[in-house]
Amino acid sequence: MTASPHSDPEPVVRFDNVGMRYGRGPEILRDLSFDLPRGSFQFLTGPSGAGKTSLLKLIYLAAKPSRGLVSFFGRDTATLPRRDLPDLRRRIGVVFQEFRLLNHLSVFDNVALPLRVAGKKRSDYAEDVAELLAWVGLGDRMSALPPTLSGGEQQRVAIARAVVGQPEILIADEPTGNVDPEMGMRLLRLFAELNKLGTTIVIATHDLQLVRMVDAPVMTLSNGHLHIRPSRGRRQREADQREAEGREALDAMSPPDPESGDE
Amino acid sequence: MSEPAVPKPPAGGNGRLLPPDAGRDRPLFLVAAILVFLACVAALGARGAWVQAQTWTSDLESSLTIQIRPVDGRDATADAEAAAEIARSLDGVRDATARTREHALALLRPWLGEGNLPDDLPLPLMVEVELDSETVRAGSFQPEALQARLDEAGLAATVDDHSRWAAAVRRAATTAQTLGLALLALVAGAAAAVVAFAARASLAARVDVIDALHLCGAEDRFIAGLFQRRFFMLGLKSGAAGAIFAGLVSILVSIGGSPADMAFFLPQWAADPFELVLLALAPLLAGLTAAVSARLAVASDLRGRW
Repeated sequence: MTASPHSDPEPVVRFDNVGMRYGRGPEILRDLSFDLPRGSFQFLTGPSGAGKTSLLKLIYLAAKPSRGLVSFFGRDTATLPRRDLPDLRRRIGVVFQEFRLLNHLSVFDNVALPLRVAGKKRSDYAEDVAELLAWVGLGDRMSALPPTLSGGEQQRVAIARAVVGQPEILIADEPTGNVDPEMGMRLLRLFAELNKLGTTIVIATHDLQLVRMVDAPVMTLSNGHLHIRPSRGRRQREADQREAEGREALDAMSPPDPESGDE
Repeated sequence: MSEPAVPKPPAGGNGRLLPPDAGRDRPLFLVAAILVFLACVAALGARGAWVQAQTWTSDLESSLTIQIRPVDGRDATADAEAAAEIARSLDGVRDATARTREHALALLRPWLGEGNLPDDLPLPLMVEVELDSETVRAGSFQPEALQARLDEAGLAATVDDHSRWAAAVRRAATTAQTLGLALLALVAGAAAAVVAFAARASLAARVDVIDALHLCGAEDRFIAGLFQRRFFMLGLKSGAAGAIFAGLVSILVSIGGSPADMAFFLPQWAADPFELVLLALAPLLAGLTAAVSARLAVASDLRGRW
């Protein structure tokens, strides 16, 4: 399970020579080619301004590439008719850095939103939503409005909203930025659990501790280019094949430098 | 995922997806109410003009006048009586009355004053001919026949069937009616444009909600439906306010008992079903106009994305 170029015959997301620019500005993403295979788990890191958010936008269908091909479940997003978007978006869960909760709706209603717009009945999902909220530690805040919550609580609401529809791919932008390490661990466990159930996970983060906690490939963006470092396990296997010192050197090397993805 | 005991979901229904606009809708409510008021006044006015014109033309058409010209050597009064007699003998004439010289003088008095006319001044005399209502409705009375009979009798008489005046009144009424309907169309167009503008503004102000809904997989028609419902309710409420106000004004105008010529273009409360139906339909039409206009505006705005 790696985010390597075109190894999966039917990946969730495939990028092929993708470039993106806003208006007539410079290209902020250049020549990106990679697959997000089904059920994979990867981190996305890179300095601010490297284009992480733009890359995520391409993945969660909020933007189209300026060139190249982005395909989603085998469908080219460039030729996707607008009426097919809602269906695809329901297969994506997104946790935004700034949460994007609806401040006039209760925590419960915010989390239930994806189910509601999909036309489900409240009586069918109320229990599940309550259970999920209890699990992220907000069982007693279901009727609260988001502005009355702390940043960490809002973040958990955003995460609950992203996962409530059991999406096939979950994209999280700095999902642990506002929570204490213990809650961070808990959320990571939630992501890992979803991943075990088959959900593809992309977590954009600056938190290297978080990256170290999961043995997953790390996609690093810098200057619009993407470097992909395979998971530790895979690197280790590769290193094992070469020499024992290489393995020690590799272990000593972490934490990895996000500035330059090492090959 | 077994953690703390699962709490009960909050009671009550779903929260409103579009946040209440906290008074931002109030100016729009006012504008819409005023437009509906104007539309109702225009419609009631057009209706009033039509009713008024009906009354006047039927008054005019239900009578004729025979004018007896004074001729030297003839007794005008006797001629008038003779003309009245001839008129009475025709089918469809309910009554014919010869007016005397005193009557003619009385008609002139407002202009010439009392006693300023020499007693021997020849004056034309009038014969008022009233038609029965059935003949008027059928329009079967022929003034030419009367004229021919009067000529046969050798009277210096001219029949005036008021048709010139009736036609003028009818033209005026048609103009008033057309004007009223044109105003109605203009006001409805303005209302639709105002609502479309407001719906777009509301959409722009609520881009956060729209984005969140889109990313949760909401379809365009789901979002357009939210705005449609909101603006339908707004149109309904402001329409009701405008219609009630228009009804009150027209009742007040009628109670005020303004002379017909003054009130010709004002809404008149005739207390007939037409007015009640109009005023009851106005809020509904306002709501529908607002809903359709908001839906189209939002849908075209949403299509511009992606």
